[in-house]
Amino acid sequence: MIVHKKPTSGAHIGAKVTVNHIMWQVVLALVPATAFGLWCFGWPALNLFVITVASALFFEAFCIRLKGKPAKPVLMDGSALLTGWLLAMTLPPWAPWWIGVVGAGLAIILGKQVYGGLGQNLFNPAMLARVALLISFPIEMTSWIDVSPLFFSQSPGLVDSWRITFEGMASFDAATGATTLGYIKTEFSQNHLLSEILKDYSGFLNFIGWTRGSLGETSTLLLLIGGIWLIKQGIIDWYIPGSLLLTVALLAAGFHAIDSQHYVSPLLHLSSGGLMCVAFFIATDYVTSPNTKLGQLVFGGGCGLLIFVIRTWGAYPEGSGFAGLLMNAATPLIDYYIRPRIYGRDRQGKPLEIPK
Amino acid sequence: MLSFFSKPRIQGGIHAEGHKAATATQPIVYTFPLPEKLYIPLQQHVGKPAEPLIRVGDKVLKGQLLAYSQGLISAPVHAPSSGIILDVNDYPAPHPSALPIRMIVLETDGKDEWIDTQTITDPFQLPPEDISLRVGAAGIVGLGGATFPTAVKLNMGRENHIDILIINGAECEPYLSCDDRLMQERAEQIIDGVRIMLHGMDTKNAVVAIEDNKPLAFKAMQTAALPYPQIKVMQIPTRYPMGWDRQLIRFVTGREVPVGCRSSEIGVTIHNVGTAHAVHKAIRYGQPLVARVITVSGGAVNRPMNVEVPLGTLIAELFAFCQVDAENTARIIMGGPMMGDALPHTGLPTVKATSGILALTQDELKNTDEQACIRCARCVSVCPAGLRPLDMANNIRINQLDAAVDLGLKDCISCGCCSFICPSNIPLVQYFKYASGEVAARQQAQHKSEQTKRLIDARNARMERIAQQQLEEEQARIAAKLERERLKAEQEVSA
Amino acid sequence: MYVLSAIISLTLLGLFLGLLLGIAAKYLKVESSPIVDELEALLPGSQCGQCGFPGCRPAAEALAEGKAAATMCPPGGSALAEQIAALLGLDLDLTEVKEPELLVARVSEATCTGCTRCFKVCPTDAIVGAPKQIHAVVADACIGCKKCVDVCPTECLQMHPIEVTLRNWRWAKPVLPEMSNSLC
Repeated sequence: MIVHKKPTSGAHIGAKVTVNHIMWQVVLALVPATAFGLWCFGWPALNLFVITVASALFFEAFCIRLKGKPAKPVLMDGSALLTGWLLAMTLPPWAPWWIGVVGAGLAIILGKQVYGGLGQNLFNPAMLARVALLISFPIEMTSWIDVSPLFFSQSPGLVDSWRITFEGMASFDAATGATTLGYIKTEFSQNHLLSEILKDYSGFLNFIGWTRGSLGETSTLLLLIGGIWLIKQGIIDWYIPGSLLLTVALLAAGFHAIDSQHYVSPLLHLSSGGLMCVAFFIATDYVTSPNTKLGQLVFGGGCGLLIFVIRTWGAYPEGSGFAGLLMNAATPLIDYYIRPRIYGRDRQGKPLEIPK
Repeated sequence: MLSFFSKPRIQGGIHAEGHKAATATQPIVYTFPLPEKLYIPLQQHVGKPAEPLIRVGDKVLKGQLLAYSQGLISAPVHAPSSGIILDVNDYPAPHPSALPIRMIVLETDGKDEWIDTQTITDPFQLPPEDISLRVGAAGIVGLGGATFPTAVKLNMGRENHIDILIINGAECEPYLSCDDRLMQERAEQIIDGVRIMLHGMDTKNAVVAIEDNKPLAFKAMQTAALPYPQIKVMQIPTRYPMGWDRQLIRFVTGREVPVGCRSSEIGVTIHNVGTAHAVHKAIRYGQPLVARVITVSGGAVNRPMNVEVPLGTLIAELFAFCQVDAENTARIIMGGPMMGDALPHTGLPTVKATSGILALTQDELKNTDEQACIRCARCVSVCPAGLRPLDMANNIRINQLDAAVDLGLKDCISCGCCSFICPSNIPLVQYFKYASGEVAARQQAQHKSEQTKRLIDARNARMERIAQQQLEEEQARIAAKLERERLKAEQEVSA
Repeated sequence: MYVLSAIISLTLLGLFLGLLLGIAAKYLKVESSPIVDELEALLPGSQCGQCGFPGCRPAAEALAEGKAAATMCPPGGSALAEQIAALLGLDLDLTEVKEPELLVARVSEATCTGCTRCFKVCPTDAIVGAPKQIHAVVADACIGCKKCVDVCPTECLQMHPIEVTLRNWRWAKPVLPEMSNSLC
C-alpha cells in the first residue's frame, strides 16, 4: 500500500513556464538591441551597462538580506537583472558611473523593494529610475554621443573608456549632439519648419539604430524583432504594444496629414526615442499593466496618446517614460472598471435572466 | 467575419499535454480478476446516503439491491458480485482526507452469479415516467464525475420541456480515455441509451459532443447515429475544460446558464456518454450499475489500460493488476490530473464517480515551489468562468474572505486552469477550496451562535417561568395560610 | 510688516475655521448608536467568561471603550471578530488569530451517576437526561463553556475536540513555503 499524507489539491500537472523562464526569455529578447547599442557606443557604454546591472543586483541582494531572507533564490529569478538591464538601455551611453549606480538604487529600492518586492510595485522600476534621473540630472541625462562603433578610429580605447566613465565625458574629445527628437524640439522653438530641420535626417539609419540616442533604444529594427519574438513565444501579448504603436501612428499620421511642416511623420515617431523599447519591454511589464485584454488595449492606447501629446506639445522632447509612469498609476483604476464577465452573470455581476 | 463579432462561445481554457495515447489505443480489458472483498460505500452520489436493507451474514446475488435510496435526491446501491455480507461499518472513503464513511463489505464467492433480470425488447413502448423509475432503481448517477442521480435529471427534463439533450463526450481531462474507448467499442449501445433518454425526457433532439482529438470515437459514434436523424454527433475543439457542462452548453447551443439556475431551466440537459451506456444496460437488460470502466494510467503504471471493474474494488488491487511501480509513485489521483483529488493511500474503494486512477511520478507533477505573484494575469485569461484568480488569492491570503466572495469565489468551478498555468506555482485552487470551506464553516458558526442564543433565551424564559410559578405558589400558600388563620380566628370568635 | 499681516491673517483664518468646525459639531451631530447594546447582541450571550470579562455585557462595554480587541471572544471565532470589527470600523488582522480549537463536552458513561447537576447549569440545555440515568451531551448545541465540567462530582464530563468527519472536513489554507534555510 502506497501512503502519502498531505492532501494536495489540483491541478496536479502544470505548464512548464516559470517566472525564471519568463525573465530569461525577456533578457534574451533584449540581447540583439543591447549588443548593437554596445557596439555602436563602444567601451564606455559597456562600462556603464556592467555597472548598472551589477548595482541593481547588489541593491536587490542588500534589500533581501535586510529582510533577513536568503538572497540567492531571489536573485536567481532574474527580475533584478532585467530591471538593471532595462535601465541601462535607457541611459545615455557615455553617462558617468554614478548615474548607473544611483539609477539602479532608485529602481530597486524606491521602485520595487519599498513596495514589498517582486509583484508589489505600482510603477515600472526602470522607468521610475529613468524619469527620476532625468529630472534630477538633466545635463548628464541629455548628453548624447555620436555613434562611434568599437574597433573604429574615433572610438575610445579601453583606458580612455575608464576615464570617460569615472572622470566624465569632458576628458575625451568626443562629438556630441542632440537626439533627433531633441533636435526637432529646439529647432521648432526657433520657428524653423520641418522640411529644413530634417534635411540631413535618414529614416533608414534611424530605423536600424545608426543614430544618437540611449544605449539600447536606438535600434528600432532589433527591438521590434525582439518584441515580436516575445509575442511569438507567448511571453507577452500583442494588446499593449499593438494599441500603443497604433495610437501613436494614427495620431501622428492624422496631424502630419493636416500640417506636414509642424507635425512629425508617423515613421519618424515610431523609429525615434524609446518608443519601441517602452512598447515591447516596459509597458508590457506584468506587474504594472492591467489584467484583462480590454484593459491592456486601453492601457496601451493611453500610453500612446500621452507619448504623442508630450512629444508634440510638452516641454520634453521624449515622453515615453512619463507616459508609462502615468499609465502605471492608472492601472489599478483600469483593473477596477474593466473586469472579465463572469459566466452566467452580466457585467455588473448580477445573474443573467432566463431567456423566455 | 461575423463570428468575430458574435458572442464568444469559448472563454479561457488551456491546452494540456494529453497523455491519452497509452490507454486510448488499447481495447477495454474485461479480465480483471474478481476481488475477494468489495467495499461498497452507501453514498456514491450527490444527495442523501442510501439506507442498507441487508444484514451481516446475508447471502446476496450480483445486482441485488443492498441499500435503498432515501429522499428525493439519492440513489440505491447494488451488489457488484455474488457473495456474503461481511460487515456494514465505517471504512476510509475515497476522498483526500480518507475519513471513514459507511460501507457494506461483501465477500465474493467467485461465482459472480446474477440475480434474475428483466429484459425489455422495446423500451419505447414504456411510458417516459417508467424510464426514470427504472433508471433510478438501477442506481445510475452521472458517470462523468458529478454523480448527480440521473433519474432526477430525467424527471427535471420532462417537467421543464427540454428541447436539446447534450451528450458529453468531451473527456477533456488529460490521461483519461475511458469515455473515448467506450465510444469506440460501444457506440451502438450508447446511441441506444441516448434514444432511451430522449424518450424518458420527452425530448426531440440530442447532440453528442466529442473533442476533435478523438477521431475514432467520433467516427464510430457518427456511424452508430446514422439511422437516427434526431441524434447529431459533432466535433468540438480540444481545449480543457470543454467538458465543463456549462461551457459545453454555451458552445453547442449558444445559451448561457445563469448563475444559480439549473441547465434544464434554459431547456438543456447534459449527460455523460458513460451514463447513456449505463441507461442502455439498465433498461434493455435490467442490469443495475455495478461495474464501470476505469482508466488506470500515469508514469508509474507499467500496464496502463482501461479496465472494467466491479464497484468497490480497492485501488490497491487495481494497481497490482496494472503493475504500478510503488517506488516511483509520487501521487495517486482519483479522477483526472486537473480536477481529481490526491488520495492518501491505496486502501480505498473505487466508486461510481471513479473515471480514472492515476499514479503519477514526480516528473509529471507540477512543481510546488511557490514564488511571488508577478501579476502576469495568465490565470485571468485562462479562467473559463471569467474570474480574477490572482486578486481572489491575494485576498484569501490575508483572510479577507468577504472580498474574495465579492470577486466571485462562489462562481469558481475548481477546474484548475489557474493553478496549471501559474508560473509562480501558486496553489490557487487550494486557496479557493480552503476559502469556500471556511466561508461555509463561518456561516455554520453564525448559524450555531444564533441557535445558541435562542437556546439561552428559551432557557432563561423557562427559568423565569419556573421562578414566577414558584413565587405564585408561595404567595398562594401564604394566602391560604392567612385564610386558614383568619377562619380559625373567626371560629374562635364565634365559639 | 509682511510677517505681521501673515500672522494676523493666518490667526483669523484659524479662528474662523475653528468656529465653523464648532458649529458643525453642534448642529450636524450624529446621534451615536447605543453601540454597547449592538455589541452585546452580537456576542454569544452565554456568559461563559472565556474572554476574561465577567460576562458578555462587560465584554461589550470593554469593546466599545476600545479596551478589548475584536478578536477577544473565543467561542465566536474569526467570524464574530469580523462582525465586531465591521461594527466598530476597526482594521482586523486575522493572520495572527488562530481559530480556537472548538471543544465539546462528552459524558463518560462508565462514571456518570445521573446526579443532574450538569444539566442544571448548562446555559444552552445541551445536556439531556433524568435523575439516576446516564446523561448525554448534544454536541451541536454545546458551546464549550465548561460549566458542566466544573460541577460534575465524578469528573465524568470531559472536553473533547470536535470529531472531524467527511461532513466538516475542510481544505487547509496553503502555507507559504519558507525560503531554503541556508543564507545564500
